[in-house]
Amino acid sequence: MEINLLSFGQIADITGKSAWKMVGVKDTNELIKNLEEQFPALSTIRYSIAVNKKLIQENTVFNEKDTIALLPPFSGG
Amino acid sequence: MNTENNYNRYQRQIQLKEIGQQGQDKMAQAKVLIIGAGGLGCPALQYLAAAGVGTIGIVDFDVIEMSNLPRQILYKVDDIGQSKAVTAAKRLEALNPEIKIQAYNFQITTKNALEILENYDIIIDGSDNFATRYLVNDACVLLDKPLIYGAVLRFEGQIGIFNLVDKETHSKTNYRDLFPKSPDLDSAISCNDLGVLGVIPGIIGIMQATEALKIITGIGNPLTNKIISYNALENTFYDFEIVANTNSSIDFPKSKLAFLDYNYEWNCNTNLNIEALSVEEFDNLRMKETITIIDVREKGELPAVNEFLFTLIPLSEFENEVSTISQENKIVVFCKSGQRSAKAVKILKEKFPNCEAFSLAGGIKYWKNKYNKT
Repeated sequence: MEINLLSFGQIADITGKSAWKMVGVKDTNELIKNLEEQFPALSTIRYSIAVNKKLIQENTVFNEKDTIALLPPFSGG
Repeated sequence: MNTENNYNRYQRQIQLKEIGQQGQDKMAQAKVLIIGAGGLGCPALQYLAAAGVGTIGIVDFDVIEMSNLPRQILYKVDDIGQSKAVTAAKRLEALNPEIKIQAYNFQITTKNALEILENYDIIIDGSDNFATRYLVNDACVLLDKPLIYGAVLRFEGQIGIFNLVDKETHSKTNYRDLFPKSPDLDSAISCNDLGVLGVIPGIIGIMQATEALKIITGIGNPLTNKIISYNALENTFYDFEIVANTNSSIDFPKSKLAFLDYNYEWNCNTNLNIEALSVEEFDNLRMKETITIIDVREKGELPAVNEFLFTLIPLSEFENEVSTISQENKIVVFCKSGQRSAKAVKILKEKFPNCEAFSLAGGIKYWKNKYNKT
């Protein structure tokens, strides 16, 4: 199964990319674990996750071609 | 203003059939409060005053600095060192003398927020720190006021409307549904640390003003239960749908009384265990004993401090310089608002686990503010 990933703000800085694809992750918990293994700095920041543009609050199972977006808060004004 | 002048000034807006004289009258009746007269606040203020919003409040206790000018476009070189709220009010009065402008030249706190916000129909968040963002959000929830949120970083911006009932779903959401807890210091990065391109808050601030005018006149679809993330480099707008958070463990003040005692500064720093000193604790400590005081702001940042002696070690050089700091006395680190100083204390404690180091809560801005009042 393939999903699309989008990242914003510091998450794009940490991962070094703002859009990419990933295979073999079945839900948001697995995705977070996988990303934090690849990019340990991610575990130090807070961010919200949207599946197909809808923010989720608990573990969510993916479907083929889902788009997952990772959004950190900004404070600048 | 007489009707003919009014028509002259606003004719391009009145010509819009969705607005008309009726919409223009609604703007004249509207009361909008802007928290922060900085990068977001300046353009939002200019357009709302120009559009004819009848009453505009400006909350900001900061002074204008040279480094503000690339994005805080209401200010000039001659204004450096002057109050942002008062200077912004002056500029807006010159732009539109027919509207009422109220400057609040002090920091918004749990003690004054409800009283100020109560006088306005719509609140715009143009603040530059998480403590204020959560404070303003919670106050708007308690008072049931729509809050137009905006935030920027580097080449990106976020905008959304909180606490306004969606026309279709009849539900409303707020900042805590988007980000339930305030970030800890490591993720609480502000423009001071990472920078921002000046036009970004311009774009987001004008979008905030646009949403305010839409709510006032009742036209179009306001950005309720959604947040848009704008990326200038990619030219993308990505929207997120926000759903009310049902997690009951989220800590927020559930009554006006609880709000008065809620510690937002502390709440935004909980994960680090950084010992923070209040303004009073800091003053007592430096009167009582010899302490080492370190300023971790970059060179030339305002306000200048001449009330006590300190050493300047900018945060950008702190890790390289940390071993030169004497452990003989207690150490108090300060910066502008208390975020960078907490990071510096963390670095100090990593290097010298037994040192007695503290961060000045709220930073030198907060200290100066209290000092001037007493």
